[in-house]
This record gives sequence, C-alpha cells and structure tokens, in this order.
Amino acid sequence: MLLKRKWSIICIAIALVVVASGCKKKAPPPPPPPPPTKAVEAPPPPAAPDIAEFSAEPSSIERGQSSTLKWTVTNANQITIDNGVGSVQASGSRSVYPNETTTYTLRATGPGGTLSKSATVNVTAPPPPPAPTAAKPNLGERMNALQDAYFDYDKSDIRDDARSALTKDADLLKSIFQDFPDAAITIEGHCDERGSAEYNLGLGDRRATSAKDFLVQLGVPADKLKTISYGKERPVCTESNEECWQRNRRAHFSTGQ
Amino acid sequence: MNKKLILPTFAALLSAILAALWAQENTVIIKLIGSQKPAIAVPDLHGSGAAQNFMSAFNDTLFSDLQSSGLLTMAPKGMYPLQVPQRPEDFRQPPRPGTSMGGLALSDWASPPVSANYLATGYTAEQNGQIVLYGWLFDVGQPNLANAQILGKRYFGSVDEAGARLVAHQFAADILAHWGGTSLFGTKIYFISNRTGHKEVWSMDPDGSNQKQLTSFKSISIMPAISPDGSKLAFTSYASGNPGIFILSTETGRRLPFYNQRASLNATPDFMPDGKQILYASSASGYAQIYAANLDGSNLRRISSSRAIEVEPKVNPKTGNDIVFVSGRTGPQQIFRMNFDGTGVERLTNGEGEASNPSWNPNGEVIAFSWTRGYATGNFNIFLMDVASREYSQLTHSEGRNENPSWAPDGRHLVFMSTRSGSHQIYTMLADGTQVHQLTSAGNNWTPVWGK
Repeated sequence: MLLKRKWSIICIAIALVVVASGCKKKAPPPPPPPPPTKAVEAPPPPAAPDIAEFSAEPSSIERGQSSTLKWTVTNANQITIDNGVGSVQASGSRSVYPNETTTYTLRATGPGGTLSKSATVNVTAPPPPPAPTAAKPNLGERMNALQDAYFDYDKSDIRDDARSALTKDADLLKSIFQDFPDAAITIEGHCDERGSAEYNLGLGDRRATSAKDFLVQLGVPADKLKTISYGKERPVCTESNEECWQRNRRAHFSTGQ
Repeated sequence: MNKKLILPTFAALLSAILAALWAQENTVIIKLIGSQKPAIAVPDLHGSGAAQNFMSAFNDTLFSDLQSSGLLTMAPKGMYPLQVPQRPEDFRQPPRPGTSMGGLALSDWASPPVSANYLATGYTAEQNGQIVLYGWLFDVGQPNLANAQILGKRYFGSVDEAGARLVAHQFAADILAHWGGTSLFGTKIYFISNRTGHKEVWSMDPDGSNQKQLTSFKSISIMPAISPDGSKLAFTSYASGNPGIFILSTETGRRLPFYNQRASLNATPDFMPDGKQILYASSASGYAQIYAANLDGSNLRRISSSRAIEVEPKVNPKTGNDIVFVSGRTGPQQIFRMNFDGTGVERLTNGEGEASNPSWNPNGEVIAFSWTRGYATGNFNIFLMDVASREYSQLTHSEGRNENPSWAPDGRHLVFMSTRSGSHQIYTMLADGTQVHQLTSAGNNWTPVWGK
C-alpha cells in the first residue's frame, strides 16, 4: 500500500508538474523577420510636349496672298496658335492671310509642360498698279454734268437754248453709256405751277418725250432712255414769279426714283 | 323822237338789257336751285325721359340738314307761336277763320309773322332701350288738318347723342324727299392730303368729320374718282414707278387688279355709269389721249385721236354717251365734248384763258369746271355751264385759286379746292355760290370727289 500511494503521489506530482508546466506562459516565439521593404519609385515623368514641326509655307508672300502654317505636335492636349488661328489639333495645317509681316506662335501644353515655337510670314507690299490714265468719276458725278433743257409756257418744243444744252448732253450720254453699259437714265418732264395739275401731267410727259426724241436723233440709244412726267408735283422752287416758273419748266436727267 | 323821251326811253332800255343779262347769267343756277323756295317752320322738339338729354343735338342736326339742302327757306325761330303742337291730336280748329289759337291752329303757322308753308314737328321718347322719334310734316296752307299731313313716321335710334343725330338725319331726309331732294347724310367725300408727308387718298363726311386715311403708299397718289355706286375708288399713283391707274375697293380697302397699258403716263381715270368700265388718259401714242377699258384694264379702246395733250375724260352720268374732257388741241387747255365713239368733237369753252376739271351734274345737262377767264394765268375760278346752250355762270371770284369742283349726289352742292386761306383746302358750297364751308385744315388737301 504505501508503495501504491507513493506511486500515486509521484504520478500526481508529475501530473501537476506537467500541468503546471503546461500553464506556465510560454515566452512568445520571436516575431518573424519583417518583409524586406521595397524602395517607392517615383513614376517616370510624363514626356514633354514635342513640336516636331511648325512652319509657314511660303515664308514670304505679297500682301493679299496666303501662306500655309503646318505643324506636328506630340505629348500635348492643348495646342493653340496666336494671331487669330486659335485652338488646333495635334497635327494639321491652316491657311493664313496676314496683311503685314506676322510671327505665329504655336503653344503646346500637356502634362509634361508647355512648349512653344514660332514661324514668321513675311508680307511685302504688292507692286504698285500702273498709274491710271485719268481718274474716272462714278455715274452720279458724270450725271451732274448733264444740263436741263428749258421750255416756254405750255410748250414742249425744243427752243434754241435747249437745243444747245441737249446737243452737249447727247455726247455726254453716249460716253456714259459706253462706260456704264448697264446704266439706264430717266428724263423727267416738269411744269410750272400755273396750269392745272392734270393737264401738266400730260405736258411734262410731252417735254420728256420731246427731249428724248431729240437725243435719239443725235445717236443716243433709245432703249437706254426712260421718260417720266412729274407734272407740277416736284417743283424746284415755289415762288410765283417768272424766274421760278422758268426753272420749273424743264426736262431733267436722273437715274430714276 | 321827242327829246324829252330820249332819256327815259334809254333808261328803260338799259334796265331791260341789264335785267335780261342778269337773267341769262343766272339761268344755269335757277335750273339747279330754283328761285322759289318753300318756307318751313322747324320748332325745337322735346323728348321725354332720357331722350330729353339729347334733344339739343337732335334739333341742331334737323335744322342744319334742312337748311343746308338749299331747297327750303327756314322760317326764323324767333317768330314762332308760343304753343307748338307735338302731334296731330294737339291741333285745334279756330272757331272762325283768322282767329289765333296761340300756335295750335295750322293758320297760326301760315300767317305772318311766321309765314311758313310747312311745319315739321313731333317729339321723342325713350322706349324699350331705344330713342323713338315721332315725326310729322304738315302743309300749313291747308284749311283743315285732314288734308294737311304729308308725312307721319316713327324713327328708332340708340339712347345717346349718336342715336338722336341719326333719327334727325333720317327725318330730314324724308322731309327733303317731298321736294325730290336727296339727303347728303351717308355720302362721302374722297380727297388727297399730304398731311402725313406724302400725297395719299383720304375720305371724310360731307361736314368734314371722320377724316380717314385710305392709302399709305408713301409715294405720290393723286386725282381720285369714285364709281357711281360708291364701291370703288380709282386714282393715279407713282407707287409702281411711272404714273399708273390704281383701283381700290372702298368696302374692303384692298386693291383691285388693273392692267396699265405700256405707256409713260396712265392717269385721270373716270368710271362709266354702269361702273363696269373706265375712261382714262394714256400717253401710249406719244401724246396723252383718251382710252376706254374694262374695270381690270382689258378690252382697251382708244377714243380720242389727236396729236395734242388730252386728259380728264368725264362721261355723262345720265346718257353714258357723251364725254367732256380737257384738251390742248386748239392751243391752251380748254373743255371739249365728244361722242363716246370719238366723233362730234366740239369745244365748249370759248378759247379764252385755260379751263380744266369738268364735272357732270347728275342731271347730265350742266357741268361745273375751273376756268381762268377774266383773270391772269393760273387764277382759276369755279364756273357752271349748261352744255346744250353754252350759257355759263361764275361761282367764285378770285378768292385764291378755286379748282376741282365735284357735284354732290343731290345735284345742288359742290365740293371744291380753294387756296383762299393761304393753303390748299377743301370746301363745300351750294351751286349758287352761297353757304361756303371749309372742311379741312391739316396739311394741304386737293382734288375732292363726292360719292354715295
């Protein structure tokens, strides 16, 4: 018996020791070595814009002519050309018409920065035109030289002073129609205030027709001369005296309306 | 002859000649106006209820329409008896002829101081939201009432001043009809005005009210003519370039198509009595000549044939057959007549001065026109001429220029243009030269025509 009890105590003691040794905190295992840290690389810098080409062709022009800008750009998302051209695509061409020598600057902007390049178009004045033989007045100025024809009261026949005025007018008209082949000229017939307005429409018409017939006889083309009567509707003066009445009894040239 | 008798004989002869000349000078007028005008008494009428408020306007309109007709002498209101019968039952028979009943007897109005031939009377009342006029016309020369009533009628209008004036106009028109007169109420005068800055066609009432602009071409539009039924207006306009004929409907205001023949001048249109054709002047031949055409310009026929300026054709409204027109074929412009086929050309004016603007009286026998006879060139006056006898009468006497006379539909009134005020304005007058009224004052105004 005692032996058994000894062995039991020893077993229990061993068990206790084992248990005790089992309860005892173990020292943590050594931490694993840290992973080897990588070096953080800066991403490669974006490529800078590149203007492979920016040219003006031809680089010299006469005023009034055009030149063509050509460009090729890479690595840019915003490309502008100044002097009125504006935003453009990465590569392209554009005609320009500068009046004076102009330097065009292309500006390319991208994540990699900005780059610009210039091209110059030289503009020379064109050669002067040959000196004109004489200054040619316009149609209105030529018409001002045409003289009115004046008439006696209640008459539409061409009296002597009207004859000489219309003879000069015939020459002027012929040259006007040569220089201005598309022009049509109107002969207006007018009257003084004294007769009735209704009869004066007819009298003014006779005065215009009478003047036209005279001019056509002298070779002025008939199809280029229109006639219109204004009776006493458009007087140049309104005084009731012979001086004003005579001024109104006339055939007058105009370009119509 | 005994010397003592020479002077009295001479004086008698002279008076006889002068009287004959005076009579000749005025036969044209007498033909139109007459020398004897019946006298009418027109007392102020009364109204009951709301109608009374407008009786002043009513009485003015009634008196004025009757007076301006030129058919009647108006017995002066100051002489009227105190009592005014308002309806047939108010009259009393005098116990003995000649006894005054204070105004209730017919003879009270026929005898002096009133001395009228006729009495217009009545009254107004408000009834069912309208003004009602009960109007009578009596011949006060009749011995008893049974034979005296000429007219007895009811007239209706709105209960306002316009309604009161309307019933007065209608009553006056019926009274005038007894003497064959036509009222001018509802007629229109068409004319040219430049008050907007351009010559345009305008219209107005015969008293100058309601002036209305009808065209706005902003060009030169001139010399209107009105069709006999008043529905169409024709005029000359530069709106399309050279002067051409334009036609307008007075009802819609719209242009109606007119083919203007190829010519430098197409002008002075006039309507035929049937309103379906037009006469006008055209320079197609080289000289302004008279042509006829349909209302749309088709079926063109040349009427006159001369190498002279001829304008202003006016066809006789009664016969539709003869035409008066203005021509320079004998020298200065004069009035001529011809048959509708262009034959039978005769000069009506005697060759003196310048004549223009003929206008036919509705009776087809008398023309009104402008003439400078007796005055310097350009000094026109209004004349009348009996076409058959060539007798003429002068109505204006150089109060400025007086031109473009046009007859009213009643054949007794004229509208014309005068510069007597210093600018061109439109006037009316009776065909004896009296009762001159100025109708316009804004801007300058020309060439009136009087239409229905």
